[in-house]
Amino acid sequence: MQNSDILTLNNQSLPPDLGLPPAEDIDAELLDNETMWDRIKIMLRKNKLAAASFVVIVLMCLAAAFAPFLTPYEPNKTSLKDRLAPPSREHILGCDELGRDHFTRMLYGTRVSVMIGLLPTSVAMIIGTVLGLMAGFYGGKIDFVIMRLADVVLAFPSLLLAMVVSYTLKGGIISIFLALAAVKWARTARVIRAQTLSMKEKEFVEAARSLGVKKSTIMFRHILPNCLPNLIVLLTLNIPESILDEASLSFLGIGAQPPSTSWGLMVFRCKPFLFEYPWLAIAPGVAILIFVLAFNFLGDGVRDALDPYLKD
Amino acid sequence: MAKYIIKRILVAFPVLVAVSLILFIMLNVVPGDPVTVMMREHIKPELIEVFKERMGLNEPIFVQFGKYVLNALRGDFGMSYKLKRDVSALILEAFPHTIKLAIYAALVAWFIGIPAGIFSAVKQNTLVDRAFMSFSLMGVSLPVFWAGLLMQYLFAFKLGWLPVTGYYSPKYYVLPAIVLGWQSAGTIARLTRSNLLEVMKNDYIRTARAKGLGEAVVVVSHALKNAMLPVVTMMAMQVAGLLGGAVMTESIFGIPGLGRITVDAMGTRDMPLLQGSVLFITAIIIIGNMVADLLYAFLDPRIRVE
Repeated sequence: MQNSDILTLNNQSLPPDLGLPPAEDIDAELLDNETMWDRIKIMLRKNKLAAASFVVIVLMCLAAAFAPFLTPYEPNKTSLKDRLAPPSREHILGCDELGRDHFTRMLYGTRVSVMIGLLPTSVAMIIGTVLGLMAGFYGGKIDFVIMRLADVVLAFPSLLLAMVVSYTLKGGIISIFLALAAVKWARTARVIRAQTLSMKEKEFVEAARSLGVKKSTIMFRHILPNCLPNLIVLLTLNIPESILDEASLSFLGIGAQPPSTSWGLMVFRCKPFLFEYPWLAIAPGVAILIFVLAFNFLGDGVRDALDPYLKD
Repeated sequence: MAKYIIKRILVAFPVLVAVSLILFIMLNVVPGDPVTVMMREHIKPELIEVFKERMGLNEPIFVQFGKYVLNALRGDFGMSYKLKRDVSALILEAFPHTIKLAIYAALVAWFIGIPAGIFSAVKQNTLVDRAFMSFSLMGVSLPVFWAGLLMQYLFAFKLGWLPVTGYYSPKYYVLPAIVLGWQSAGTIARLTRSNLLEVMKNDYIRTARAKGLGEAVVVVSHALKNAMLPVVTMMAMQVAGLLGGAVMTESIFGIPGLGRITVDAMGTRDMPLLQGSVLFITAIIIIGNMVADLLYAFLDPRIRVE
């Protein structure tokens, strides 16, 4: 901790308005053998908002996993006598136009968002990482082909490309999976390629090469671990984006199909009742907002914490 | 500069061609042929073949693509299956509505985003900063369609201040512009803030302060000029995005712009209209990004050197 004391002292001894930025708490605690994870832990301790967001995300994931235990109702069981019932003790958020418990359907909808947030994003990022590593490492024609393809994908507005893909595949959750994966790999590939290019020139890669280590081993054992901070930051950007994209596509009727549930689809289905039964359309939107906001707050904190690694 | 411009255009052109090829292939391999969509179910199977032949659907896909591109270059994007009208006419009808919405939204984004970013940077790590940044992060996290519905409920239905949907006078554009602009404002505020903070670390800012200049002068006339470079580029890119990308907002507020016809074409499986509008939107965005790059190079000579 001596290190940090000196830093704070130095900072205090300077006249206040010399234009120097205040030594950030996180940097002050940076020690030589600190890992990326230590920095994230320190950030979570300092940044209350990010910590709270982390808790919210964990809670929502748990709610998705244990949905059947958290509610006495079935998500698809209709009951005409409860049609458009207002919120009450039995039905916290009331019932929808088919008398299904709204809260229950929202709980089950969490599953779609968690899945969409994680699965296509991970697939896209794995593909993007492998392609980015190859492009950066091999260079030449491979690099040219992969990067021009990435340029083309990035030229499309992502929601439109996802729309066209779901059009081709006739809608449904699976087509959203594929659509999002098809759109999201390109950015990862671009970032990982840039990182690979700078890593390729480093001594440790040179050393591995002169020892005759296989190319694939150099790529995946030596270069890939150094891309981890970039990948984590990309993940924090991609997850909330995917969740929002799924919600938008489902809202347009080309995502999740009834009777399955998804927050976006629920807003879409309850739109006609907006003026008489506003809570029906508003509640799922609140869920989307909270979930996405939590990811963005956490992502912001993580980005700040990993900043020194990214400049490498 | 001229060399840079030419280089940048040469990069954009192949991308545009590739985009249209990919789009064409994706939309033309769809199972279920357009003739059935056009004629609905009650058509004799023999007639389907006749129509397919007449529409050139039996030719190899690359020949079809070649014809499509040649026609598109002459402004002919084919005829809408459902509306039985020229796709280019439909696009040209929709575009002015989108332009109007994009301008209003951009104004909202700039008038909120830039001052918010400056304030946050000047008051870094204070309550004001946190509030502005949370607000802008909220803009980025907001599902646009839901924000639209919420505003319709609140300002149109409950308070009755503004109309719910439509496009008849500027009043109708207030809610859509706020919904759409908030999102862009968030991005602009964050970019302005981080760039300004970066620039404020420079020696010349310290010199300006040492000369005894007031903080406002230092920020506005010394720091802001350099900090705004990337923001201006972002603004240009956003306008391109707004021109093409107001899909959700237009559908919710019933504005018959480009986004709206794209969604409608999707719903009715009207392939030529979908293809034409997506291609048009993508072209706008590609060209917009190119303009943004050129603008950046024009404003910052350092870019041109490499």
